[in-house]
Amino acid sequence: MTDVLIVASEQGNLPSQNTLELLGAARRLADATQGRVKAVVLGAAPTPLTAGLFACGADQVFRAEHPLLAGRQGDAYVAALAQIAAQAAPQVILLADDSCGKEVAPRLAHRLNAGMVTEVLAVEADGPAMLFRRQVYGGRAIATLAAQRFPVVATVKPRSMAPAAEQAGRRGEEIAVTLSLDPSLARTRLVQKVAEEVRGVKLENARVVVSGGRGLKGPEPFKQLEELAQLLKGAVGASRAATDAGWVPASWQVGQTRKTVSPDLYIAVGISGATQHLAGMTGSKTIVAINTDPDAPIFKVAHLGIVGDYKALLPKFIEKCRELT
Amino acid sequence: MHIIVCIKQIIDPEIPADQFKLDPNSMRQLRGGLSLVISAYDQNALEVALQLREKVGGKVTALCLGESGAMGAIKSALGMGVDDGFLVSDQPLLESDPFGVAHVLAKAIQKIGVPDLVLTGCVSGDTGDKVMGPLLAEALGLPCVTFVSKVEVKDGKALVRRIVEDGYELVEAAFPLAVSIISDDSNVPRYSKLRDIMAAAKKQVPTWKAADLGLEGARVGVGAARLQVQDVSIPQRESKCEILDGETPEERAEGLALRLRELKVI
Repeated sequence: MTDVLIVASEQGNLPSQNTLELLGAARRLADATQGRVKAVVLGAAPTPLTAGLFACGADQVFRAEHPLLAGRQGDAYVAALAQIAAQAAPQVILLADDSCGKEVAPRLAHRLNAGMVTEVLAVEADGPAMLFRRQVYGGRAIATLAAQRFPVVATVKPRSMAPAAEQAGRRGEEIAVTLSLDPSLARTRLVQKVAEEVRGVKLENARVVVSGGRGLKGPEPFKQLEELAQLLKGAVGASRAATDAGWVPASWQVGQTRKTVSPDLYIAVGISGATQHLAGMTGSKTIVAINTDPDAPIFKVAHLGIVGDYKALLPKFIEKCRELT
Repeated sequence: MHIIVCIKQIIDPEIPADQFKLDPNSMRQLRGGLSLVISAYDQNALEVALQLREKVGGKVTALCLGESGAMGAIKSALGMGVDDGFLVSDQPLLESDPFGVAHVLAKAIQKIGVPDLVLTGCVSGDTGDKVMGPLLAEALGLPCVTFVSKVEVKDGKALVRRIVEDGYELVEAAFPLAVSIISDDSNVPRYSKLRDIMAAAKKQVPTWKAADLGLEGARVGVGAARLQVQDVSIPQRESKCEILDGETPEERAEGLALRLRELKVI
């Protein structure tokens, strides 16, 4: 019997997409083992999330409000989750692998003396054990990790699990938890939050991504990529080489430590295909590579490629795309 | 200010795909004759530390857990300009899971003396784990901020820039503190100067074993791992890239657009 606790987050008063995916994974695990799905909602003020969580598969919702939980302050958040975990006593705790989950999960696992696995792509029960799959070596290999002792804290890579289906009217048990959190817990303070400027489609949601790398040799050619992206109703991305050189904003970076994208079409221009970059885009349905080096690793993952200088190719390609779309 | 930067030596992750092989017994990458590097973001962490020292003064120490050959990583860090290096090298420790590694590094940091700032790269270039910063923070009882590209000192406190999904946050924290570093244009690792490389070659680097750190077997090594690696395999990609031909670049570009139209992706 595997009880799974998911850490929920909201998006416009509803469970976020990440939360629906956690619920989907949790429900499948719990059903396979006759366990229960529990969800925890933390915040400074109550949120109307409970009904949505029940409808999407939660059997129990633990909710706790505390002023220290505003802005997801790390120390308070970890302490709160540790208290909830002690009460809910799950075998598996699932968090989204977002910036909050990445910081909180290892700390929570350390405090609970629990197992930990991050960026999980798939999870299944295997008798008394639980198997987790994740990428290693920058996506060159897939590892299967077996947990035999519990609890295990796991972060789930966004867009890798099927979201839970909604069953209108499905009910569950709501449990209000009173947390004991001392203000001295919070050792970091959020001074300011600065949102990045998004022109047109958001990179993570774009159906077409046109990315540039070191081969563009400067910021200027990105104008052409923007033109192409606009034409295809997509977004512009970049490799780490291009963002670390300061050619384009860091928020454009596609790769292991920045943005993961899986558009219908990914066009890589002047990108050699460092493992760091590939880890962020190999989920794309159709990958096009334009590069002067026929041996560049990008051609190993691309479906369509042109060996050649983008300077000679792009204007004609843009012109033809304009004609066809 | 004293800053300890934890660095990891890994097999160069940018080797061609056909040279990437797994050892079926250890289920780790086969080293063979492949070259070793400092994990990329650990180099950014070194750069952040060196820039901070230039601004506020103090000392930068590099700490590495690795094979005896990881002395090369420490020497590279010294060549970049760090003041001191320490190597923990003991075969059984290398099989530790991230909790074990954090325990080893925390013990070493305590032996050196807990500094004002502990830095790690935000991701390990081989396993892809992004956990060492937060685990070290827990092991040392320090506050922690992850995915930070810039660290400044303001009014005696740290003011850091933390990268999040839709932008960044400015976060303030008192020292001592653990921070994991992500790259941006402000922390591109510097090139070593010949003079520093020569000095690094001569510099004494203490090497510690488990016993030097008072480590118990129950918390480190393969036996202490909380999850077991059951399998590691290389996924088969039907990696057939269709290369578009054509006499001129224009022809190829046109061919690509037509092909994409045919596939209904544009």
